[in-house]
Amino acid sequence: MALNPEFVGRTYPASAPYLVGREKIREFANSIGDHNPAFHDVEAARALGYSDVIAPPTFPVVISMKALATAMFDPELGLDYSRVVHGEQRFNYSRPVVAGDSLVCVPTIDGIRSAAGNDLITVRGEISTESGEHVVTTYATIVSRGTAGEN
Amino acid sequence: MTASVRYDDVEVGTQLPSKSFPLQRVNLVMYAGASGDFNIIHWNERIATAVGLPNVIAHGMLTMASAGRVVTDWLGDPGALVEYGVRMTRPVVVPDDDRGAVVEVSGVVGAKLDDGLVRIDLTATSEGQTVLGKAQAVVRLA
Repeated sequence: MALNPEFVGRTYPASAPYLVGREKIREFANSIGDHNPAFHDVEAARALGYSDVIAPPTFPVVISMKALATAMFDPELGLDYSRVVHGEQRFNYSRPVVAGDSLVCVPTIDGIRSAAGNDLITVRGEISTESGEHVVTTYATIVSRGTAGEN
Repeated sequence: MTASVRYDDVEVGTQLPSKSFPLQRVNLVMYAGASGDFNIIHWNERIATAVGLPNVIAHGMLTMASAGRVVTDWLGDPGALVEYGVRMTRPVVVPDDDRGAVVEVSGVVGAKLDDGLVRIDLTATSEGQTVLGKAQAVVRLA
């Protein structure tokens, strides 16, 4: 089924606050094999001017994923989970995520288009602190394979 | 919150140190657990091949994370990254053997922008084929 283009611009409620833990950052950094001291060593992170260890640049997907799923799998949108792959990902940073941050993500459907028989949907996630300080914006483009043009 | 690389010290064409990232099944399992992305095609060969893939494939976000290390290791301060984006153009296939897959990443200064900003263009390949498209980072240099 082709995706419903009327969903472009639709915004969903903010996700529940995500409290970023120091050990979670270390676990994520280890999972990508990244031993940069800024992700592991509090003193090294402080020497760079941060209050605690910072998270690797792709860590915000951990926070945005659930919020974006709310938008992408809105039943009225018509996205079939078994057909989707991650096509593009982008991050725009105001600052890195720091251990101790309590972050919320507000998802918005930015675009829906068709290309080569596939439907593509771009979902933006605005990630900010609970007090409203912007941290990072994530853009995920999800490809629904072979669904364009179906009714 | 300052990069260890100076804006005045780079020009278009300046190469960043290249890196190789070996990815074995255990790395995919670790990434699944740490990220919360348990999509079955990243750990179950039976299902992966049933849906038409050659084998289990790495998470696109794991490939993106690996490629980004070429930039953040060069910067010194990973917080000097302003923007980072990729297209996942081809999956990284990770066979169940002692070697797994290897992702080779290189980076070059593609443009010098205003306000101390520089655009880095990344190339990521596995088995000689490009796996990321339009992989670019914008960084703020000292």
